[in-house]
Amino acid sequence: MIKVEGLTKRYARNVAVDHISFEVTKGQIVGFLGPNGAGKTTTMRMLTCFMPPTDGTAEVAGFDVVDKPMEVKKRIGYLPESPPVYPEMEVIEYLDFVGRIKGVDKSVLARRIDEVMEKCAVTDVRTKEIGKLSKGYRQRVGLAQAILHNPDVLILDEPTAGLDPHQIIETRDLIKNLAGDHTIILSTHILPEVEQTCERVIIIAKGKLVATDTVANLTSRLRGCETVAVQVAPLAETGDLTQFGQSVQRKLEQVLGVSRVMQKESREGRVEFTVESLQGRQIRPELARAVVESGWNLNELHAVGLSLEEIFLQLTASPKEVETATPEPAVVGEQQ
Amino acid sequence: MNTFTICRKELSSYFRSPIAYGVMFFFALIAGYFFYAAVAIFIRQSLQATMMGQSVPMSVDDWVIRSVLSNVAVVGLFMVPMITMRLFAEEKRTGTIELLITSPLRDMEIILGKWLAALSLYGAMLVLSLINVAILYMYGKPSWKPLLIGYLGLLLQGGCMLALGAFVSTCTKNQIVAAVAGFGLLLLLWVINWASSLDNTVLSRVLGYLSITDHFENFSKGVIDIKDTVFYLSIIIFGLFLTARALESIKWRA
Repeated sequence: MIKVEGLTKRYARNVAVDHISFEVTKGQIVGFLGPNGAGKTTTMRMLTCFMPPTDGTAEVAGFDVVDKPMEVKKRIGYLPESPPVYPEMEVIEYLDFVGRIKGVDKSVLARRIDEVMEKCAVTDVRTKEIGKLSKGYRQRVGLAQAILHNPDVLILDEPTAGLDPHQIIETRDLIKNLAGDHTIILSTHILPEVEQTCERVIIIAKGKLVATDTVANLTSRLRGCETVAVQVAPLAETGDLTQFGQSVQRKLEQVLGVSRVMQKESREGRVEFTVESLQGRQIRPELARAVVESGWNLNELHAVGLSLEEIFLQLTASPKEVETATPEPAVVGEQQ
Repeated sequence: MNTFTICRKELSSYFRSPIAYGVMFFFALIAGYFFYAAVAIFIRQSLQATMMGQSVPMSVDDWVIRSVLSNVAVVGLFMVPMITMRLFAEEKRTGTIELLITSPLRDMEIILGKWLAALSLYGAMLVLSLINVAILYMYGKPSWKPLLIGYLGLLLQGGCMLALGAFVSTCTKNQIVAAVAGFGLLLLLWVINWASSLDNTVLSRVLGYLSITDHFENFSKGVIDIKDTVFYLSIIIFGLFLTARALESIKWRA
């Protein structure tokens, strides 16, 4: 459905997107992951024919974005980072305007507007001015705008940015419901979001493609070494926590598979540690056993997820390893 | 069709913001004042003429309509930047320009739609000044042909100012900047013929030709000169062409 080859966008002084290649097959949700300024928006803008690429080609639904922009535009629904709404318009009026410029047939437009308002849960504000709506509603109106003409491809630029947790969950569910009918690319810099909504992930950093893989593969690969937070307290109150902390640290370091133990802080009679495992080791059961067998109280023990920053550090630190893991051009969705 | 959709949307945003009402109110006020002044002068002059025993009657066409038309044109100069400032600057600021550009619309459809909406508002403004003229018809019989031609000239002149204003609005995200720069550009074209009164070199003749006021002269006399019509039409096309280029450059630079 989407085929990108060597896509490049150069500005006068910097390269925003540097030879990116990937493919997305029909009906998939693909997460476009990267820190701010990685080139996510620029790539999306090239796919939506907002700006032409400096080099390389991109095809959407079999049409080239440079040669056949009109055909591409008809088949793409796009939600930019801030929803492109006119604050002075009413919701229904805005959707009517969008339907007309997207070329939705007039005989079905009214019905189609009702459908998307229902889907995006904005029916209750249909006659309200968009400028007076909350951010969450405005985002959903933006989403309704993107799916109004029933496009083959949906491109969503940070669809959950700036929403409260409740709205984020709603938006994610909505996006998941849209999959199947549409091929979806959504960009984000939040890793859990990709895990929860996407089947495939494309990671870019500094304009370059870093990895593309299924979410499951990627997270297991990245989380091969486990990071665990442990909180331990002595059975009885002891005055000298420092000494207690040192003995716990020694004990934890002896556990099989542990590569590093760091003491974080000690307060209110408890000591906290961050423990890292060797590659491919599950250390949580052993850690728990070690603490309990030593006669201490195990107050807390949980796995700490890698933050996106750490993942990027890992991915960008060993580019060779990543390249062998994902031969280019990486085909997203090949195992569908 | 798309042009019409864009035009309708623009007009509805004009009339939902205070801009349309403000522009029309002050235009009607100032045009009305000019009309009153012109009529007052006409009455005094004709009284004097009768007292001095001149037999040739004074023409309402020459004395009132002509002066009102040229004054209305000046008021239009001040109103145009306010009409055009938001056309593209606002869309760029709020990001809705991305919606327009990624929709299956041709750039010209967007530009023409917006320009037509601005022209309609300008036209509505001119219609308000017709109230004054209607008063003339209640008491006299001014000939309607020069009046019609005068208003056609005003519309053409407005059209080319609006096209240039639209171009300026495409170049910035800031409405105030668009208004100030647009006004500056129009004022420059307004007074550019002053140099031609100094000497008769080629340069000053060219500058004189570029003046949007000079070309209105004939229209206000009730004469359609093909030269002036062509000038206005070509400035309109030139302005819209510049707008199209500037709109295209958003895609390359954004």
